[in-house]
Amino acid sequence: MDVIKEDQVLDCSGMLCPMPVVKASKAVKALEIGQVLKMVATDPGAPPDMEAWSRQTGNELLRSMQEDGKFVFYIKRVK
Amino acid sequence: MSKSDPNAPKRLALIASKGTLDWAYPPFILATAAGAMGWEVGIFFTFFGLTLLKPKLSAQVTPIGNPAMPMKMPFGPEGFQNLNWPIPQLIMTNVPGFNALATTLMKQTFENKGVATIEELRDTAIEMDVRLIGCQMTMDVFGFKREDFIKEAEIGGAATFLEYAADADVQLFI
Repeated sequence: MDVIKEDQVLDCSGMLCPMPVVKASKAVKALEIGQVLKMVATDPGAPPDMEAWSRQTGNELLRSMQEDGKFVFYIKRVK
Repeated sequence: MSKSDPNAPKRLALIASKGTLDWAYPPFILATAAGAMGWEVGIFFTFFGLTLLKPKLSAQVTPIGNPAMPMKMPFGPEGFQNLNWPIPQLIMTNVPGFNALATTLMKQTFENKGVATIEELRDTAIEMDVRLIGCQMTMDVFGFKREDFIKEAEIGGAATFLEYAADADVQLFI
């Protein structure tokens, strides 16, 4: 897998629904268009929710994966 | 007007009709999740739900008449925390302060698990410009005044909500 270089990192470990989505959306809005946010979460509901969030907002979920028992997302601000 | 403009964001219209802690969560969770997705959101607070617009929230949860509610302890080893305590309804009903105790335990459980408080979710909703509409008729019935509620709330009636809901993509009664 290619390495994705993030511009910002957001740790949502320990937070439950809807906070990972709420915090990620706020963090993405603070990015420039084209920049990438790396978000880390422990809520097992986060992967399907981040996919839905990406479809609804049009921001691109570049990668959704598991690493060291956590869920890691790379999100590119598209608009 | 969401339907007349094809580029308008999706819209969520909620009715929050209950004021207990367990019923306070769904409208604020859905509102903030929708706001995070760029949707427009409006919540109509009516009947007991109207108390969720007070500056100081005091929503409680009761296990009385609520037999599906798990009764769990928010401290001790994990196995102990996962135990469900089968406390008879008759005892819960007759012990003074049982609701306050159940509320404290549930709030602690939520905090331990990483659930945001109702206050945090409401603040987030306000930050997202969620429309918070307090029901005028409920105010009249229970003797509430405008100044009993947070300044971000607007006051309206059924027609105000319905006009908003008519152009919504999702409408839910909670």
